[in-house]
Amino acid sequence: MNKKTLLELQITATKIRKNIIEQVFYANSGHPGGSLSIADTLAALYFHEMNIEPSNPKKDDRDRFVLSKGHASPGLYATLAQRGFFPLEDLKGFRSIDSYLQGHPSMKDIPGVDMSTGSLGQGISAAVGMAISGKVYNQDYRVYSIIGDGELEEGQVWEAFMSAAHYKLDNLMAFIDHNGLQIDGKIIDVMNPNNIEAKLKAFNWNVIVLKDGNDMESIIATFEQAKITKGKPTVVILETTKGKGVSYMENDYTWHGKAPNQEQRDIAISELNSELAKLEGLKNV
Amino acid sequence: MSKKIATRQAYGDALAEFGKDENIIVLDADLSKSTKTDNFKKVYPNRFINMGIAESNMMSVAAGIATTGKTVFASTFAIFAAGRALEQVRNSICYPKLNVKVCATHAGISVGEDGASHQMIEDISNMKTLPNMTVISPADATETRAAIKAIIDYNGPVYMRLGRLGVPVLFDRETYKFEWGKGVQIKDGSDATIIATGLMVHIAIEAQEILEKEGISARVINIHTIKPIDKDIIIKACKETGAIVTAEEHSVVNGLGSSVSDVASQNYPTPIKMVGIEDKFGKSGKPELLLQEYGLTAQNIANKVKEVIKMK
Repeated sequence: MNKKTLLELQITATKIRKNIIEQVFYANSGHPGGSLSIADTLAALYFHEMNIEPSNPKKDDRDRFVLSKGHASPGLYATLAQRGFFPLEDLKGFRSIDSYLQGHPSMKDIPGVDMSTGSLGQGISAAVGMAISGKVYNQDYRVYSIIGDGELEEGQVWEAFMSAAHYKLDNLMAFIDHNGLQIDGKIIDVMNPNNIEAKLKAFNWNVIVLKDGNDMESIIATFEQAKITKGKPTVVILETTKGKGVSYMENDYTWHGKAPNQEQRDIAISELNSELAKLEGLKNV
Repeated sequence: MSKKIATRQAYGDALAEFGKDENIIVLDADLSKSTKTDNFKKVYPNRFINMGIAESNMMSVAAGIATTGKTVFASTFAIFAAGRALEQVRNSICYPKLNVKVCATHAGISVGEDGASHQMIEDISNMKTLPNMTVISPADATETRAAIKAIIDYNGPVYMRLGRLGVPVLFDRETYKFEWGKGVQIKDGSDATIIATGLMVHIAIEAQEILEKEGISARVINIHTIKPIDKDIIIKACKETGAIVTAEEHSVVNGLGSSVSDVASQNYPTPIKMVGIEDKFGKSGKPELLLQEYGLTAQNIANKVKEVIKMK
């Protein structure tokens, strides 16, 4: 892909990160860490890969996306707003009583949300259902889902993995946000899922591991690898940084579900503005 | 009332009968021969999906399919549908109000020999408390068939409670009309009203016959839609007969009896007695013997009617 397109996607991911910080700051609640870690993947999906139409969010042949780790709603809402599904201004209402932007994604309330999620483990199953429907009724759409690495501790996720492989759902592509942290600490300390790659291979999935799960070019390359894989679903294990892009949030599990104060918000926005300026500058090189 | 058909059998037959609708897709969790979804599978194998022994996944998969505009039936035993997978039914199906019909068989203690682990006596309770959920509990094969047709035509979540045990066919297939949310008065009476659901309806009719011989006039009402419940028919019974006995093959905690009490107490306070399972687990045994041991009998209903009349 050309350098300019890549830069544009990186700029979009950075804008999404700014919107994440602002939403959680305004709401004084929400989940910044695991939203920042998937901003690049969300930008790649909604600004590069998926067949969607913001003016017609329910069109039948659209590609579907299910945020199985529904608590990363600030990331999804920022992406949908940036993409034009609803006004950026509305992000300020996140989690407030007079806003449609519920704490966790609600498909009945929010344009562009394909499935209500938040209870971990259920989203990936719903994505499997969408992919099964596509197969049974010969539809060409593809289904994407992002799962948390902590979410792998839910047994239902493995039921979903088993069923996706059994029904050879090559129209399904999952991403695991492997940032290594969950609410109570490191996942290897709380409940170690151990060799995720080997497990998923044993479940008969096509498994791709990205050593830098925040690298836009690598993420983009996985879409083609998934499409050419027939007869099995593809999963990308993204080795991400929780809190990516905000220095003091990076790799600190205490930022899983906590809002920044005014000073912290200002530092975060300032850092992200610097990143934006740097990327904009590169466009002219 | 000679011919007996289990409501699960009528369900499987109805799926095969109405399944020509291409929009219908049926899921089961390795119990298709018991839930009778196998009848659908034989006719429409491409639209039958076996999800294996993984009920939680099945409910969320059903929700995902429903988001693509399909009418999804998801079947397993009631203990798993309304027990193990309850939170999936809540969050994946009811919260987004998706078009999934959870048709659960083997409800109640009439499951028989499998015993308490498989006898679901809390499903009405669990399901009726979920916002957006409709709860249907048919009394016989005719009503089951008509209810399946009705829920296909309805866009939204439904829980249907079906039984393993053969029950008498009470209604005529040619003339019976299923009215959504409407109770069915089977016998008129003036001294008290028996309000029953599911397999207790035919037992309630037997109770009415016992009472009639003793000179007591009991009205019999069949409630097939437990939620939304028919308030009018209950309030009318309270006003006209002044005493109510409810009968269900379910825990007396938060079942039909509780729904009837909710309506009566807030509209026309009336003495009520409940026949049901008294807040305890079932056990193994022949279905008919279990129904006797747990008091789900015509004689027990008749006795409760006499007691409640004294409370007037």
